[in-house]
Amino acid sequence: MPESKHIVRAYDEELQTLNELIGRMGGLAEVQIDNAIRAVFEHDTVLAKEVARSDSQVDEMEAEINALALKLLALRQPMAIDLRYILSALRIASDLERIADHAENMCRRGAALEVEPKASAVAGIKRLGKLVLAMLKDVLDASLAGDVDKAVEVWLRDEEVDELYGSLFREYLTYMMENPRNIGSYTTLLFVAKNVERIGDHVTNIAETIYFRVKAKPLKDSLPNRDETTGESD
Amino acid sequence: MLQTQTSSLSYAHQTVEETPSKVSARGVNVFYGAKQALFDVDLDVPVNHVTALIGPSGCGKSTFLRCINRMNDVVEICRVEGDIRLDEGDIYDLDVVELRARVGMVFQKPNPFPKTIFDNVAYGPRIHGLASNRDEVEEIVFTSLEKAGLLKEVRDRLSEPGTSLSGGQQQRLCIARAIAVNPEVILMDEPCSALDPIATARIEELIDELRQIYTIVIVTHSMQQAARVSQRTAFLHLGELVEVGNTEDIFTNPRDERTQGYITGRFG
Ligand SMILES: Nc1ncnc2c1ncn2[C@@H]1O[C@H](COP(=O)(O)OP(=O)(O)OP(=O)(O)O)[C@@H](O)[C@H]1O
Ligand SMILES: [Mg+2]
Repeated sequence: MPESKHIVRAYDEELQTLNELIGRMGGLAEVQIDNAIRAVFEHDTVLAKEVARSDSQVDEMEAEINALALKLLALRQPMAIDLRYILSALRIASDLERIADHAENMCRRGAALEVEPKASAVAGIKRLGKLVLAMLKDVLDASLAGDVDKAVEVWLRDEEVDELYGSLFREYLTYMMENPRNIGSYTTLLFVAKNVERIGDHVTNIAETIYFRVKAKPLKDSLPNRDETTGESD
Repeated sequence: MLQTQTSSLSYAHQTVEETPSKVSARGVNVFYGAKQALFDVDLDVPVNHVTALIGPSGCGKSTFLRCINRMNDVVEICRVEGDIRLDEGDIYDLDVVELRARVGMVFQKPNPFPKTIFDNVAYGPRIHGLASNRDEVEEIVFTSLEKAGLLKEVRDRLSEPGTSLSGGQQQRLCIARAIAVNPEVILMDEPCSALDPIATARIEELIDELRQIYTIVIVTHSMQQAARVSQRTAFLHLGELVEVGNTEDIFTNPRDERTQGYITGRFG
């Protein structure tokens, strides 16, 4: 949050509350991802149900954040940094809600896992999950601290997620071609991996939002070098 | 000489960057006795746009506004230094009566003359000799009231005293009075501070229409009002012009810490 304080103290308190709500919602989303991955690969149906149940809690938190943001917009008529701060909270809450949805989706997809997949295939997806979970943790820290450098660093890590997802995709395709009986299971795994990859995208959205909040300009305009690092050009 | 610019010549739809300055101030210093109220202020006021002056109480907004039509000249202890131009011409080369006709002013508190509604508006054109007979005066009064968005409400009561109107109507009457002498620039010092939200909205709408023809400088304490009515915003602090820019930029991403502090309510 901005360094100096408002003259009206209640305004600061409300912004602080908004900040805390985002933090709590983020924490909830982390738990959802973690539980979803375990539920899928440990075939834990109880845990899967728990994930489904907690999703409504995430939705409720989003509603709470929306209501507070609306109240702040109407009553405080925020300007400049404060306005960006509140808009950012709305956007981050929406990304967190989508993240939690993907976690729930993973559980539903995972329940359809018939044939036990190869250990290496599972390890790959777990690695993807760990990567994304760590990114989410870091981006939430960056949000709390308004740390732009950290947000950019998280944003750059999404490339790794995309690459890993790409290689998992090719690996699963190979197994499916080897044996058509694998198609059902690996399609399911692919869906699960896709969910994890999408979570990564939402995490990068959050990183972009943090950047915009602090710098008042889009992150993408400020990173002309990404193409060089990936060896692509446009 | 007192030609109204036709709207086809209006710069209202141009961006500020493409718009020539109507008023430009360079190195303006103002002293009240030994106390300096403005420090080396440079400001360009684009034609057919609304420029808002914002800043904490006592920062010199009204002082700056009063420089433009040389109202400070009448303040005994006040001394103004620097260069202020209206259309490239030094305002001190103009006859002050002519300057005040070209640069009208609307004050914080509606201040109709103790005269009828009609005479309030007719007064300026008469003393400036803008009308040679009763018909011409009437014509000016009616078009001015129309432009100020007041005609409908007062058409049937033109011989009632101006003070019998509501606050919002009185303020629009004062705007009609300012318009009646065909000014080029209208200075407004907190014109809505005594008005309710509806009357305020009417004046704001009016300001937006008026800028098609005139150039407007408005002092306001309401950030929201500055954001709503102006295209350009200047922030003054302790007599210094801290920052001036497109209104959108000032309220979304001000460059100076002091501007940010002020518009977000973080001033100590
Ligand atoms: N007639 C005067 N005689 C002496 N000092 C004056 C006079 N008018 C203004 N000042 C001083 O000049 C400074 C700027 O005053 P000014 O009225 O321009 O401020 P302002 O920004 O319009 O404030 P506000 O928002 O309260 O209207 C203040 O310190 C004020 O005390
Ligand atoms: Mg003033």
